[in-house]
Order: sequence, then structure tokens, then C-alpha cells
Amino acid sequence: MNNPKKEVNRRAFLRYAGAGAAITALMVTGCKEDEMPVPDTDEEGEYFGTEDIAILNYAYALEQLEAAFYTKVAEAPYSDISTLEMQYLNDIRDHEIAHREFFKAAIGDSAIMELELDFSTINFGSRESVLATAKAFEDLGVSAYNGAGRLIEDVGYLALAGKIVSVEARHAALIRDLISNGSFADNTVVDANGLDTSRSPGEVLSIASMYIKTPVNVKDLPNY
Amino acid sequence: MNLLNIINEIESVEQGTHDRLNPRRAAIKGMFSFGSKVAVAALPFAMGSFFNKAYGQAPGSVKEILNFALTLEYLEAEFYTKGVAASGLIPSGPALNAMTTIRDHENQHVDFLKTALGSDAVSKPTFDFTAGGAFGDVFSNYDTFLALAQVFEDTGVRAYKGQAGGLISNKDVLTAALNIHSVEARHAAHLRQMRRARGGVTSELKPWITGANDTGIGAVVDAIYAGEENQTQAGVDIAQLNGVEGKLSVNAATESFDEPLTAEAVLAIVTPFIA
Repeated sequence: MNNPKKEVNRRAFLRYAGAGAAITALMVTGCKEDEMPVPDTDEEGEYFGTEDIAILNYAYALEQLEAAFYTKVAEAPYSDISTLEMQYLNDIRDHEIAHREFFKAAIGDSAIMELELDFSTINFGSRESVLATAKAFEDLGVSAYNGAGRLIEDVGYLALAGKIVSVEARHAALIRDLISNGSFADNTVVDANGLDTSRSPGEVLSIASMYIKTPVNVKDLPNY
Repeated sequence: MNLLNIINEIESVEQGTHDRLNPRRAAIKGMFSFGSKVAVAALPFAMGSFFNKAYGQAPGSVKEILNFALTLEYLEAEFYTKGVAASGLIPSGPALNAMTTIRDHENQHVDFLKTALGSDAVSKPTFDFTAGGAFGDVFSNYDTFLALAQVFEDTGVRAYKGQAGGLISNKDVLTAALNIHSVEARHAAHLRQMRRARGGVTSELKPWITGANDTGIGAVVDAIYAGEENQTQAGVDIAQLNGVEGKLSVNAATESFDEPLTAEAVLAIVTPFIA
């Protein structure tokens, strides 16, 4: 902290090394489940809080990402978009905004700030690029809520996560069908037991981090 | 998902209750044969008294919840297995492929839950997918079959959602249930698109649930969607939140959150399909 250069270097290292490597290192140390935090990717970054508040902020961050993405899609749709596709994407945008604004209101004073996002890898003029990103975000969202359920302590928050995750799954199914009809629940997301994918917060953030510019401090975010 | 962990968690939580297991299983089986003989409207109360007799409390243990889920999966699995096997019912190509995918998932869910429950698994009830003649053409009329498929999936989503809280202390079971729950939601979304493509009363149907009963099927499925019109979450009125242009719409508010159903409500819905 009193050595800005060192902090910047550390930040840069984490950005390029990726949080994934650090998480893997932590996992082999055998921390008890629910107690192992996500590595402190940036101690000066936006702090998510602890326990359930941290999980809610984690969900809020993901909803910010989705809502901002679909807002940008709707502002300048790809050129060959059909009326129905436009309606669907506008509906999804509104659902993600509903989720984002809900978390902002529900978390109140403990809510993280509005994150600065980076969508420079997405070609918003291309249907293929937009739908591929939408698919990745929706499948990631489903796996994030499915994976976070076990970390939530309050039964009311768990119920809320349940109310949201099935809507994300409906989105994922639709987007997948728009890309390739019939791929709504294919074997890239559903395993041989008929189970969907779940990911730990650490896994999700290591995937989402390429879109998030604001440094975040998730050192106390429950993880496994 | 590690099935052994799940079984271990169930065993550790349920230790000491072994002597209660047989009466419990018998009661759940008996519940279904009892249910078909009484009016649907009377069922929630009847269910409650049955559970009270058997366990002295409402259903809620991990095993009870898993057996409840297994019963729903038996229903879905047999429904799609029969539908896919019925010649001339489902158009070949994308429709048959989708139904086959869903059939396979439901059978996998049955196998998964049976394995998790071991000898405590309830046995498969005898189903009547005509619901006593109300849907007499279920395996000869594609639109009837599609309509029932959609309402079974939407019910399944609500049923799992309603049981999540009861699994909060059993992390692996909870995760497995959540992982089934979102697959059912994927199915529901696809079936809704399949129905939309049929036109007519379903031509405006969306992959998500708008308001309460949006199926075009009529009042007979109102109970399946009761409460989906809710627009207030944890005290926040979603329709009062800011959207892109002014407030979010009421439709967006109801679509953006799916609602749970209690076990009693779900059992009242599926009981007419149990012979």
C-alpha cells in the first residue's frame, strides 16, 4: 500500500497470471469448504464484503455484466436481426436490469459500486459474436448461481437465487436454440446424470474477469 | 457431483431414523393411492394430515424431499418415454430430437435420485396421463402432449425451487437439486418455443413465464402458475425499478423471477395423473 509501484506490479501480475492459477494453488492446500476465500486479487479494489453479503455482491457483479451487455446489444443491434430476435434480446435485457437493480436496492449500503466493464473483445455488429457471448454469459450465470447455492447461509437469499437461476436457464436455452435449434441443454452443459453445470465463485470470476476493468477485492468472498 | 458424498450426507443427517423409514415409505406410497380418490381441491389438507400422522410434522427431511423429487421425475420420465415411443405422435426431426433429449434427462434424473436414495427410494407409481380422461388424446394429439410437457416442466421448476430451503444444510444434495432445477428450466424454455411455433393460442408464448397462467390452455392449469404474477421480491417492487426508458414493465417484473411452489401444491397438481 505504501509502495504504489509494488502494488501496480502485483496487480499486473494477477491480471496476466489469472486468478485461476492462484485458486488452484489454494485448493490443494485443503482448506475446509466454505472457509476458503477467493484470493485477494486486489486489496485496494472494490470490496465485496463477507459471507452472504459477499455472495449477493458477487451476483450483483454478474448481473451488472449481463445487463450492460444486453443494453449495448439493444442500443446498436446487429444488422440482420429479426423482429422476434430483437424482442427476445430486449426482454432478456429488461430481466437482467431487473436483477441488477434488485440487488442494488436489496444490498443497500453494502453494495459494490457500478463496475467499469470492457466489451472490446465483442463484435456487436456480428450476430455470431453477440449470440456466442450471450450464450457464454447465460451458461456462466446458471453455473454461478448453481455453484453459489451451497455457500449461502440465509434461506431467504437461497430462495432468491433459486428464483433468478431458472430465469437465467430459460435465457440460456433460448440463446442456444437461436444459435443452433435443439442445443438448449446439450452435453456441453448437462452431464450424464442429467445435471447442469455448477462453478465456484473463483472459477466464475476467473472467466468473467476479462470483462471487468474495475479492480475488485474478493478476498472474503466464500469459495471452494 | 459426487454421488457418494450425497449418500453419506443423507446417512449422517438421517441417522437414528431408520426405524421410521418403512412407515414413511408406506405412507408416501399410500398417499398417492389415497390422492386419486379425493377431490383435488381437498388435497392440501389431506396431504398435511397424512404427513402429520406419519412423521408428526410436515415433509421436510432430505429423504422426503428427494423422494418427492423422484416421484416427479418418475412422472416426467414415463411421460416422455411413452410419448417418444408413440408412433406418429411427435414429428420426426428437431421435435423428436428435442423430446428424446428431454426424455433422456428425466430418466437420468430418476436413476440419479434412486441411486442417491438407495433402498429408501419410493417405487414408481402407476400413472394415468389422461388424468381420468381429461387429456384422453395425450399420446395421439401432439398439441395435447406438448401442452402437458410444458406444464410438467414448469411445475418441476417450481417444485425444486420450493424445496431448496429444505436442503440448505446438505450442501451436495442442494447442489445436485439446483443442477436438476436449471435443466428443467432449460426444458421448459424449449417446450414453450415448440408450442409457440404451433401458432394459435400459443403464438405469443415466451420461453419465460409472463404473469400467471400464460399457457393458453385455460383455467385447468391455473394452479400450476398461481403466484407467478408476483412482482415484489424481498420487499422490492420490481416494476418500480428503473429500466431503459422509465420504469421496468410489469411483464418484465414477473418474467425476471420464477416463483416456487410448496410440496402440497405440487402434489395437488400431479395427483390427478397418478392412477
